[in-house]
Amino acid sequence: MGNASSMLTQYDIEEVQEHCHYLFSQQEIVALYNRFCQLDRSAKGFISSEEFLSIPEFSLNPLSQRLLKMVDGLNFKEFVAFLSAFSPLATVPQKIELIFKVYDVDGKGRVTFKDLMEVLGDLTGSFMSEEQREKVLSRVLEEAGYSRDSPLLLEDFMKVLCKPGMTMEVEVPVD
Amino acid sequence: MAGLATSSAEMDLDRPNIEEYLTVESIQELPEKLNLRDLLDISPTLREAAGAIVDDSFTRCFKSNPSEPWNWNVYLFPLWCLGVVFRYGILFPFRVIILAAGCIVFFAAFSLVHFLLGEHNKWKREIERKLVVMICSVFVASWTAVIKYHGPRPSMRPQQVFVANHTSMIDFIILEQMTAFAVIMQKHPGWVGFIQENIGETLGCIWFNRTEAKDREIVARKLREHIQGVDNNNPLLIFPEGTCVNNHYTVMFKKGAFELGCAVCPVAIKYNKIFVDAFWNSKKQSFTMHLVQLMTSWAVVCDVWYLEPQYIRPGETPIEFAERVQDMISVRAGLKKVPWDGYLKYFRPSPKLIERKQRIFAESVLQRLEEK
Repeated sequence: MGNASSMLTQYDIEEVQEHCHYLFSQQEIVALYNRFCQLDRSAKGFISSEEFLSIPEFSLNPLSQRLLKMVDGLNFKEFVAFLSAFSPLATVPQKIELIFKVYDVDGKGRVTFKDLMEVLGDLTGSFMSEEQREKVLSRVLEEAGYSRDSPLLLEDFMKVLCKPGMTMEVEVPVD
Repeated sequence: MAGLATSSAEMDLDRPNIEEYLTVESIQELPEKLNLRDLLDISPTLREAAGAIVDDSFTRCFKSNPSEPWNWNVYLFPLWCLGVVFRYGILFPFRVIILAAGCIVFFAAFSLVHFLLGEHNKWKREIERKLVVMICSVFVASWTAVIKYHGPRPSMRPQQVFVANHTSMIDFIILEQMTAFAVIMQKHPGWVGFIQENIGETLGCIWFNRTEAKDREIVARKLREHIQGVDNNNPLLIFPEGTCVNNHYTVMFKKGAFELGCAVCPVAIKYNKIFVDAFWNSKKQSFTMHLVQLMTSWAVVCDVWYLEPQYIRPGETPIEFAERVQDMISVRAGLKKVPWDGYLKYFRPSPKLIERKQRIFAESVLQRLEEK
């Protein structure tokens, strides 16, 4: 698609739509494109970490650093694909897959105890000690029938998290 | 764009109620018995992050909305082309000539007065100020500005400051053409900086540099000195938002102007976008380009309302006073109020705001842990 500042053609829109499994309408993709260009101030074709962090609400999110590893440097097509998990049309397994990827930020395909500790650390900051986090994570893992030594896979996440009515949706403002 | 620095503790002092403004929805209610699922389910936090990526109320304040193109059919397009030719070919050179002539007269007269009349000549200040007012009128004429002033003209009394919402540096010129305000502004580079340095003295202007950490204290001191100054009876104009906003929203008013113990006279400015979008997006345009854009448009149309002077009420904090005045101005000019600090354009928010969310979540996890 090249330079982000060029206009989106119908062909581009359809390509992006296909890539995100038709989870966004064409209007939403155009709206997302305007947003992408607004955030990508120097029209590089991708949004840098600095530019993401200049959104105060994003910068204040406890998981912002972890998410930055996933979104930094994405071009528009990948940007839309990332956000597609938040579409109201996305299925619960698709949403769980994104949650898994946030935990498994280095893409190993497994979520280790260390990953769990890191995310819990982001969410609780300095208000829980390492030991307390270890204790609580070990306990809930055991109770659910898992061990802290064997990493969790996507299927485990699906089993644990799958519940109807899990809403993880954002609305794309369409002018 | 220079890298965003983490804000100093000083920024926190200005923040009114941002904690309440930020949603705490992501802190979900944990059920009685803590489950693996409860800890693994980060969906509310992710949703907030994605929501911020897709649209956020801060960036909205600085978006220059492009106007709908109306020239797309066969009848209007030639008309529009004619208009372009007229604007760029006839109006623009004409305006440049007026502006150039005005500047020459101004600089000649100003230098004469500045160097010939003695330092303590009473008339020197007066004449210089009148000259400044004149050059502002010339500027205003060079954009064919149609300005409607409402409300009583500002009077030259001591113990008062004027506050206004900020859209572009031309706000200052528009207000200055009626009254010789002293102003407090960010020091700019280039020819603007040159003018700031040399002309600013006569008006008693105060320059600051928002990227300097200790600058705030210096500025606060200078503000106080100006108010208490006896010889300087020209009123001080302050833009408490601290940055240019797109004239659809107002961002947080910094409390500096509101803790001086004197009257605060609010001024509301609203530009009519049909003629030109007066928002100066300093990240996208230099001031020179901004001026050129204005001079090649048909006109700058705006309304200026001088509102009733306000005093701090007993028991009211400066922050509440600032919010009250922000409300007055927003309502008068039809702008939406947003509690974000304008300086977030240049600095990152304080990490303390994340800590609140973390603390709430940690406490509820620990509480469930104890209960087992």
